[in-house]
Amino acid sequence: MMNKSFAATLNPATSLANKTGSWRTLRPINVFKLPPCNKQCPAGENIQQWLYFAGEGDYEHAWRVLTENNPLPACMGRVCYHTCESKCNRGFLDESVGINSVERFLGDYAIEHNLSFKKPTRETGKRVLIIGSGPAGLSAAYQLRRFGHTVHILEMAAEPGGMMRYGIPVYRLPRNILDAEIKRLTDMGITIECNHKVEDILKEKEEGHYDAVILGMGASISTNVDIPQGDTTHVLNALTVLGDIASHTDIEVGRRVAVYGGGNTAVDVARSLRRLGAEPIIVYRRNRDKMPANEEEMDGAIEEGIQVKWLSTITNAQKDSLKIEKMKLNDQGWPEPTGEYEDLPADAVVLAIGQNVDLSVCKKVEGLQTEKDAVTIDKETMQTTVAGIFAAGDMVPGTRTVTAAIGMGKHAARGVNAYLKGEVYKRAEKHEDAKFEDMHPWYYTDAPKTVRPQLELARRTQTFDEVQHGLTEENAIFEARRCLSCGNCMECDNCYGVCPDSAVIKLGPGKGYEFNYDYCKGCGVCAQECPCGHIKMVPEKI
Amino acid sequence: MLDAIKFYQTGSKTVGNRLLNPSMRSNQASESRPNTLISGHRACQGCGEALGARYAIDAAMRATNGQLMIANATGCLEVFSTPYPESAWRLPWIHSLFGNAAAVGSGLAVAARVRAKKAGNTNVPRVIAQGGDGGTTDIGFGPLSGMFERNDDVLYICYDNGAYMNTGVQRSSATPPAARTATTQLVGSEPGADWGKGKNVPLIAMAHGIPYVATASVADLRDLEYKVQKAMSYHGARYIQILVPCPLGWGCASSSTVTVARLAMETGFYPIFEAEYGKVTSVRKITQKQPVINFLKLQRRYAHLTGKKGDPKVLARIQAMCDENIKSFGLIGDEVPETVPVAIQALERNQTV
Amino acid sequence: MLKQIEGSLGIAEAVALCRPGAVCAYPISPQTHIVENVGKFVKEGKLQDCEFVNVESEFSAMSVSIGASAGGVRTYTATASQGLLYMVEGIYNASGLGLPIVMTVASRAIGAPINIWNDHSDSLSQRDSGWLQLFCESNQDALDTHIMAFKIAEEVGLPVMVCMDGFVLTHAFERLDIPSQEQIDSFLPEYQPKEFLDPKEPISMGAMVGPEAFTELRFLIQRKMEKALDVIERVTKEYRELTGHHSGGLLDCYRCEDAELKLIILGSSVGTAKDEVDRLRDQGIKVGIISLKSYRPFPYAKLREAIGDCKKVVCLERSFSYGARGIICPEVKRAMEGTDCDIRTTVAGLGGRAIFGSTINKIVHASLEGKLKDEITWIDMDTKLLNSYLKDAEGVTVPEDALVDDSVLKATVGHA
Repeated sequence: MMNKSFAATLNPATSLANKTGSWRTLRPINVFKLPPCNKQCPAGENIQQWLYFAGEGDYEHAWRVLTENNPLPACMGRVCYHTCESKCNRGFLDESVGINSVERFLGDYAIEHNLSFKKPTRETGKRVLIIGSGPAGLSAAYQLRRFGHTVHILEMAAEPGGMMRYGIPVYRLPRNILDAEIKRLTDMGITIECNHKVEDILKEKEEGHYDAVILGMGASISTNVDIPQGDTTHVLNALTVLGDIASHTDIEVGRRVAVYGGGNTAVDVARSLRRLGAEPIIVYRRNRDKMPANEEEMDGAIEEGIQVKWLSTITNAQKDSLKIEKMKLNDQGWPEPTGEYEDLPADAVVLAIGQNVDLSVCKKVEGLQTEKDAVTIDKETMQTTVAGIFAAGDMVPGTRTVTAAIGMGKHAARGVNAYLKGEVYKRAEKHEDAKFEDMHPWYYTDAPKTVRPQLELARRTQTFDEVQHGLTEENAIFEARRCLSCGNCMECDNCYGVCPDSAVIKLGPGKGYEFNYDYCKGCGVCAQECPCGHIKMVPEKI
Repeated sequence: MLDAIKFYQTGSKTVGNRLLNPSMRSNQASESRPNTLISGHRACQGCGEALGARYAIDAAMRATNGQLMIANATGCLEVFSTPYPESAWRLPWIHSLFGNAAAVGSGLAVAARVRAKKAGNTNVPRVIAQGGDGGTTDIGFGPLSGMFERNDDVLYICYDNGAYMNTGVQRSSATPPAARTATTQLVGSEPGADWGKGKNVPLIAMAHGIPYVATASVADLRDLEYKVQKAMSYHGARYIQILVPCPLGWGCASSSTVTVARLAMETGFYPIFEAEYGKVTSVRKITQKQPVINFLKLQRRYAHLTGKKGDPKVLARIQAMCDENIKSFGLIGDEVPETVPVAIQALERNQTV
Repeated sequence: MLKQIEGSLGIAEAVALCRPGAVCAYPISPQTHIVENVGKFVKEGKLQDCEFVNVESEFSAMSVSIGASAGGVRTYTATASQGLLYMVEGIYNASGLGLPIVMTVASRAIGAPINIWNDHSDSLSQRDSGWLQLFCESNQDALDTHIMAFKIAEEVGLPVMVCMDGFVLTHAFERLDIPSQEQIDSFLPEYQPKEFLDPKEPISMGAMVGPEAFTELRFLIQRKMEKALDVIERVTKEYRELTGHHSGGLLDCYRCEDAELKLIILGSSVGTAKDEVDRLRDQGIKVGIISLKSYRPFPYAKLREAIGDCKKVVCLERSFSYGARGIICPEVKRAMEGTDCDIRTTVAGLGGRAIFGSTINKIVHASLEGKLKDEITWIDMDTKLLNSYLKDAEGVTVPEDALVDDSVLKATVGHA
């Protein structure tokens, strides 16, 4: 030991005795904000979090986080209209993260690697009946099974899957993928009984000693419109056509087929028919801007050579042709007749103007209230007006997409779970929104020059080949790593680095950081430099 | 596969990146970073100098495997780090005087070599001398130039915040024009620091022909660490000047330290470059060019330029300075300037507004 | 080994014998020959494990020395006059940090007007700097004192100024007895710093110390000075036994036995004075010399003992404190407080004006004849020259060929 001089020579690191935390008037805290993708996702997926693990190459972990909310990622990675991407904050910088394609990559990865769901650790002995094996029913069954309940599904069709099997064309969702993901659910102990149409809900409940029921029968009736027709023109409905294509692959409809409607079903029908060698033409009464169909799907349709007759209604179906009335949009964007007509050559018309719920079976249940084309539910718990009977999917008011059905199935399951425990399900409060303004874009913008071409490549791959091809692993990681991690920590070490007082403690991989309030002076540099908006300065309590 | 993909969420601009191989991460990202300047020091909230010093000295510790000693000039850094009875340093450190850090560094380097030689030890501790811009560009300039000229094995780091902050924000020869300091107040017909004064020490250092000269900023950690590491790979005299905003002296929010430093880079106000043996060898390119007003408006020392009463002519003159920096240092584009750039003060003196 | 060499070379040889690790200097007369020679020894390999640094100023010379000493090597530098003043900030710093640097001050007057010749105003200006200040009578004394200075500095933990008269000693060729390397190696072991910058045991040197500990720190430096009195005597004794040289010490008495008048002199004037004292003794005038070797620490007790019951003491000062009087005299009075000893001082030899035997003779006679009326008297004043200015400028004069003392001075400005 050195013989140190008095006072003028000091021992190292002795400043630790000086707790500068007492200077603080503002205190940094970690806040967890709701990323716009998560907020937008109808299935309630924690997208930011599973992208986080995907970016690390920990695909199984990513998949497990994803499937907390959605048991069908391989299907959803194909058929979801991924509105999340339209909300992605990265869109303000360059382009949105290709969330959907990463989801598909993870779904396919799980199938390829035979990943299975964990069985519940404890059986509750409670029995729940689910009617309908569409996305809502499967989602609800999955979540209930995770709670440890016994779940049985009754399905009227020959095979499970609902609209995923009988509505969505094969080119969008190969059936082996659907089968694999349904099998994973039945492997958990969920039982599905097909070819069983429920005629009396209460009777089924009673006879099967079920403690609760979830209705998930969907909207299986095509909406009809009265088109005067001659005897030679076929007028078919979309669900029948899609169902037939799904069951038999090859059906005879005609060469020139008018598909009437502007929704996703119309596009599905048109593109399916195109694959069968027909020349479909979509007839829609409004214009492209007003079209409800998914834009990417519509782009695909146009690329595939499908014609569209905009601002047109079919007034009459004659032999080999249709009589079309031209429309114009009024100030509110609604079509009005112009009185101008033209003929459109067509062998057949497929009506794709909407689907309806078959409420007849519901109406048999005393006290089960219905409304226009839906079962009335408590929007929080998904319970119908009859205790113990819940509903989800296209049967209830709301968006009719597969993704929305999965989300509703999840909430219905949670509603049931609370009900079975004698509680009332209350949805968790959402975090405050992670806005782009909360982020620090400077930290995200720059891609090293040598890598820039990869970005273009990835984006091309994602947009051009999305339906037919999934991402390579490389591109999937690439996309996942483009996530800005809005409002949530991505362990970039910025707070740890930029603290002039070394008052941020790094806890290690996956563990994040801690503020050392003994020394933190409350300068706020960490909050200002956090790329994700994950740190907030709050007034110190005095 | 994971390493091969280099486009990360954050490029290379954040301090760390969990997706990077640990060997590729910044020194500051490491849980076991040296923290040479440890907590409990008495720097103001958001002190850029405290941050810059830890960044730089930690990097040098890594580069020298812990065989490092510091000579520190009088100034904020010295005062806030070593008030009796507490020191915030974890490595051998000495403070002697305001103006002699470079010379004390030379002496330390001599002692280190002689002791190692006597002990038959080939592992010679390295020396860093450091100070603020006052201690470097003004009072310590003679000893600094002497250390350069002798090519003594010392890395001198100047933490440049553009004024004498420790004594209460007085003008130094590193104070930019029009900036308010206690000795260049916002009064009279030309408020703030005079135009046509000051010196560019990095360029003067280059004129000594020393092995390595660089400027850096607390807003670009990886660049800073790279430069310190590179500097330590040379023997002989080296100079790094780091822009370290002073929230107190500049009149900016304590939380804006890094932000305002970043804007100094991105506006061309503070060119970041490196030079080897007198020639510029690389330039840190501006990533998102911004008008200088974005830099100025965060600071009360320029309040007279950015408010409604701001003189657009003076603002235009500062913008012209930045534009000239961008041009002469090649801050935009792929080129590295071939000629030795001219100190910006020449432009000031050459120009009549 | 006996050599007939220039004083500066002798000092360089002595410094080299002490095996310093760092020598740093900036040219200033009359110190330059010393470091020129040390630099040569380093370059030719005679002095190994040492670096010689040519710096750009005395401020840096002292600063590099501070760095080298804090870095844990034996450190030497040399300066004079303006150079000493230019390094003052560092001088105080070195002592405050307790760095045992040894520095030669080849004493020289301070400008303005610029003057390169010898007096003691430079070294004495650093009276309160916290350095030990050892004065040398002769080149042999200086050579030996340098060697002892390292040992003293390192033991005490304070830097040492070895003050030798510029030109008079530095440039004088004399026969010098230079000890052997073996002798010095046994006398002065390899340097073991008390504290230094070492990555193995990091310390922070040079803290900012506030009111809470500053006084204590100052007291502890004063305590080192007090200890230094013993150390100087002990080291001197050891050195004298080793070499047989009668050098060093706190003070040295010459023919003081039964002296009725004792002269207190610093530096090379002692040699001149000794010859004159011999002559005066031959004439039966009982006069002795106390050569004050250590000015800091000031050996009060030792001096009181040396003066003994002698009733007349006259200091010979080659420096001055403007607005006050002599610099040495008050210290002597303090040493003799409470006695009836009559203590006066004389100023002579400023800016290189020669001190001859006649100067000493004049002082002795003036003292013994009661002509030193005031505390201070200016000896050897060229009254004609002075009057040539005063008369024209202000219309006043001083009495020609008279001793210029305080009363004469006062009369010129009209004070009673």
